[in-house]
Amino acid sequence: MIKKLTFLALIAGFGYMLWTGLAKYNAAESLNRISSYYAQDGLEEVGAANLVTAVVVTYRGLDTLGEVSILFLTASILGFFLVSGKGPKIPLQDSSEILKTASKLLEPIILLFGIYVFINGHLTPGGGFQGGAILASALILAYLANPKEGINKSIFRITESISGVVFILIGILGIVLAGGFLDNRIIPVGSIGDLISAGIIPIIYIFVGMKVGAELTSIVTNLKHSPKNNVE
Amino acid sequence: MMALEHITLIIGSSLILLGLWGLITQKNLIKIVISFTLVDAGIHILMISLGYLKNRTAPIVDGTIDNAVEQIVDPIPQAMVLTAIVIGLGITALMLSFVIRLAKDKNSLNVSNFKDLKW
Repeated sequence: MIKKLTFLALIAGFGYMLWTGLAKYNAAESLNRISSYYAQDGLEEVGAANLVTAVVVTYRGLDTLGEVSILFLTASILGFFLVSGKGPKIPLQDSSEILKTASKLLEPIILLFGIYVFINGHLTPGGGFQGGAILASALILAYLANPKEGINKSIFRITESISGVVFILIGILGIVLAGGFLDNRIIPVGSIGDLISAGIIPIIYIFVGMKVGAELTSIVTNLKHSPKNNVE
Repeated sequence: MMALEHITLIIGSSLILLGLWGLITQKNLIKIVISFTLVDAGIHILMISLGYLKNRTAPIVDGTIDNAVEQIVDPIPQAMVLTAIVIGLGITALMLSFVIRLAKDKNSLNVSNFKDLKW
């Protein structure tokens, strides 16, 4: 009883803290200095119609590099943690006819949509991470439909490594040919709104998409391949 | 008057509180992980709504936008949340893998059974 009251008091206190911070909040009327710089000069500098992409890939490209490396670390730690143990093999069941047939129909469409999302990341809402997640969902669907075939993990490892290396090489090319690391003006920016515009943003997003797709797929397959737990 | 930003602020704050309550009271390891993702989602909604500006549209400059500075919302919180979502996914996957290993060792998902660090 006292325990529960303490919990309630804690939550109420935290809620009060949030309330005092947010009760008188009113949305601002104008952009702050750095955002209005991005909105004003970002278009000519980066050439991406989607300003969020311009911020993510170019202005804060180092953050994105860190994000990609965090995903890579997660995938490697998961592999290290879950595959090491030896356990009895899980008896795999054949999946149902509905899942098999539907996955054959859906896989190409989902793959195409994922590729569309990351190629158009500089024009429409979307980008490498979202497109990669969609790609991974198609691959996981294929895996669920045919669990006995398994997945050739070395393909994912190679895709992941090559994409990561290309991302960093493009960034270093920016130091040599343009203003700095991950500068997107090493090829002409082009006109805003075209598919081939925004310098290297589409190229970076294609590799980020492949990398994220491979990593998410390997995370899920690692979770599935883990030695059988003795939990009932 | 309840404006759009207040609705999202209330949703975000209540998700954070709900997740915090779950983190404190739940005993099942999987439910603790779910509570963590609730807090995560609440923080993302809060950040997005703090970047909202009155009567403005998404930061995507297409034919309908003449003067971007006057017409779009702040793109920076959205970019930050995009980063935060991916990192949250990584943390959740790691926590679930820890849960798998813990459950394998102790044959239980109840957090009260893990007393190795208590004294």
